[in-house]
Amino acid sequence: MKVVITSSNKTLADPIDMHFGRAKFFILADTETGKAVVHDNAQNLHAAQGAGIQSAETVAKLGAEVVITGSVGPKAYKALQAAGIKIALLEAVCPGTEALRRFKDKELPVLDKPNSEGHWV
Amino acid sequence: MKAFPAIAIASGKGGTGKTTVAVHLAACLAAQGRAVQYLDCDVEEPNGHLFLKPKMERSESVGIPVPVVDAAQCTSCGKCAEVCEFNAIAMLKKPLVFPELCHGCGACALVCPVGAIRETSRAIGVVETGRTGTIGFAQGRLNVGEPMAPPLIRAVKARRNPDAIALFDSPPGTSCPVVATVRDADLVVLVTEPTPFGLHDLALAVDTFRPMGKPMGVVVNRADDDRRVQDYCQAENLPVLAELPDDRRVAETYARGELVFDRLPEWRDRFDALWSRIEECL
Repeated sequence: MKVVITSSNKTLADPIDMHFGRAKFFILADTETGKAVVHDNAQNLHAAQGAGIQSAETVAKLGAEVVITGSVGPKAYKALQAAGIKIALLEAVCPGTEALRRFKDKELPVLDKPNSEGHWV
Repeated sequence: MKAFPAIAIASGKGGTGKTTVAVHLAACLAAQGRAVQYLDCDVEEPNGHLFLKPKMERSESVGIPVPVVDAAQCTSCGKCAEVCEFNAIAMLKKPLVFPELCHGCGACALVCPVGAIRETSRAIGVVETGRTGTIGFAQGRLNVGEPMAPPLIRAVKARRNPDAIALFDSPPGTSCPVVATVRDADLVVLVTEPTPFGLHDLALAVDTFRPMGKPMGVVVNRADDDRRVQDYCQAENLPVLAELPDDRRVAETYARGELVFDRLPEWRDRFDALWSRIEECL
């Protein structure tokens, strides 16, 4: 299964980024092969508006089935839903490797509604 | 000089007296027998009506065009999402539209190769027009929570009477709503106060309007013996159009929503003099 982890830096050893829309990096990891590819989210990080929406489009294009992150706003949630991407929720910062292990061990709850306020509008 | 110029009354800082200056200029010009129209472009908090007490004649809803995608025709090519500068469309299996982010530019409908996008109107506020005596009146009222002020400001200004002097009462600040207000003014009157805040925000406003090539003049409201604003104006080569003295009676009249002239006739002379200075700058 292909999952995206929101990350504060370029490798799975780095701490995750708790934000979805304005995450610094997306790391696409394959739970079967363990292969990980990093995607720089700088463009959306600096978007004036709609960062979550575009980030949802980005992870959809990466082919992710699940996003592992700390918070998802209302528009990003709606966009991820439309793309059929599930959200696995982390309650605190941890390294990407641990986030992935906990996801595989089914320790992470699946988000069924936005858990963050929208920004600006 | 144009027979009927447009004057924008702006400021960097809020609460300096933009509306006070604008409504009194309107009343003063009307008393001189001139055709004048007051247009409240501060659509988030239009206050001029509290002083001018116009009789409203029309109220019209204003909307911006937002896209609706016909899923049956859509080929999911993604061009609409790509062209959107405002991230209002996401391409996820099918395009997903977020109308609240849309600025109504229409690019998505233009680029759609199969004509699957039509536009529908999303209401953002109302424009109200009327009169108070001989003064023409127009104001916009933006829906609460609505971020898209500039289209409503443009709608207010579309009600401008070409046969009257136009006074645009601007919102404070230096961003899009202010630029939308000031854009087609012949002169910007910057109202400020003799405080560090007034001076700081006046400088921001000057930095905003100077690249637009707008002639500007400054009104120092609640003037006292602090001369820093005047010193700044001299250094920046900005004319000081008026210094309105700090007068408790003016504040009391204002607090009752009344025009100062009605109680303090000598203030009429100050606004006549201000208008003469504005005319010299046009």
